[in-house]
Amino acid sequence: MDKKIFIEPIFLKNPITVLVLGICSALAVTTKLEPAIVMALSVTIVTGFSSFIISLIRNTIPNRIRIIVQLVVVAMLVILVDQILQAYAYEVSKQLSVFVGLIITNCIIMGRIEAFALGNKPIPSLIDGLANGFGYGLILVALAFVRELFGSGTLYGIQIIPLSWYSANGGFYENNGFMILPPAALILVGLIIWVQRSFTKELIEK
Amino acid sequence: MDTNKNLYTIVYSTILVVVVAVVLALASYLLKDRQQRNVAIETKMMILKSVNLAKDASKADDKPTYIEQEYSKYITDSSITEGEKTLPIYICRMENQEKYYIVKLHGAGLWGPIWGYISFKSDLSTIYGAVFAHKGETPGLGAEISTSMFSDQFIDKTIFEGENFVSVSVVKGGAATGNHEVDAISGGTITSKAVEAMLKSCIGDYLNFFKANLNNTPLVPVSDSTIVNPSDSTMLINQIDTTKN
Repeated sequence: MDKKIFIEPIFLKNPITVLVLGICSALAVTTKLEPAIVMALSVTIVTGFSSFIISLIRNTIPNRIRIIVQLVVVAMLVILVDQILQAYAYEVSKQLSVFVGLIITNCIIMGRIEAFALGNKPIPSLIDGLANGFGYGLILVALAFVRELFGSGTLYGIQIIPLSWYSANGGFYENNGFMILPPAALILVGLIIWVQRSFTKELIEK
Repeated sequence: MDTNKNLYTIVYSTILVVVVAVVLALASYLLKDRQQRNVAIETKMMILKSVNLAKDASKADDKPTYIEQEYSKYITDSSITEGEKTLPIYICRMENQEKYYIVKLHGAGLWGPIWGYISFKSDLSTIYGAVFAHKGETPGLGAEISTSMFSDQFIDKTIFEGENFVSVSVVKGGAATGNHEVDAISGGTITSKAVEAMLKSCIGDYLNFFKANLNNTPLVPVSDSTIVNPSDSTMLINQIDTTKN
């Protein structure tokens, strides 16, 4: 049971490619690998712990203010993550800037709380949250890998495409400027969804 | 217990908000010193980088201490009194007695504030170095202003054409030849233009000081505590006791 909770969100129920949630930040922070990785970690922590906390108090939440209670808990965690990044990982926190604050608007978090944490025990909810964050993070890293490599010629800030290849230095190569624009990420996500659906029987719709 | 009663809902939300407020206040209280120190170190590092120092700061074992040491070794905080305004100016004195003047820049980018430091050689026209930062420009696009690839272009550009203040413009393509132009960032036009506007307005504030001292080499000696400019007695460089900062 627990194993399935962890495995499903990574592939068969991947939040980005199957549920198509959390697209906005997947487009925004994936121009470079480093912010994408920190963002993936931050989201994983927030989804995990918000699901855990909501699951702990799930039987006490008044139904009429359910969404507000969830938002307050998620917002608290997002602010904590932001504050901790500012104190202990200042450089990266500067790069991510507004996107850390925007984790609260990530549909995956509220989605998992509503769909899973409200009806399950804390530990499975924690695993579910972490797994969904991880599934989200995998796609983010994959996107950032392609976008940084072809858009900037670097990976994790390290030059990969030899500088002598560039036409500015007498070579034949140019960075693909389109890759660093959001539409490129959307097209890449589309390609990943297409490939995943073509090769996975369970996902083929009749 | 009936969780749908009004009283329960009100009491529940009150307790929740109080608990969350306490957690956040505590986190803010505990992390504040560290965050403020990060910001202070960041400022000092930017000032050092604007005069091309502290290049290997990231390799230093204890970065904050390294930055503090370098800063107190080279940089003196000063200010200029310009009418009623007091404008900060940082003076850098290198080991070979070369002096550089550093001006703080601040402006509005596309999504939020942008800022930076720019240093001038003692002729107060030739740029010795520049460094830019931003709050929330788009990663990969406008955010590229903070890379050395962009800021290094400013080195050796001049902000005066004869006696006229022309600042440095950000233009599209092939700017390497112009004395007052640098290449903009592809896809980051608005941020690039914001840098241009920021340079114009922030250096503009210092214009009287710059003009009065243009091409005066060597300029005011750093060791003097108060220097009255011969051409304009309202302009003073006040040496501020660095230990207070």
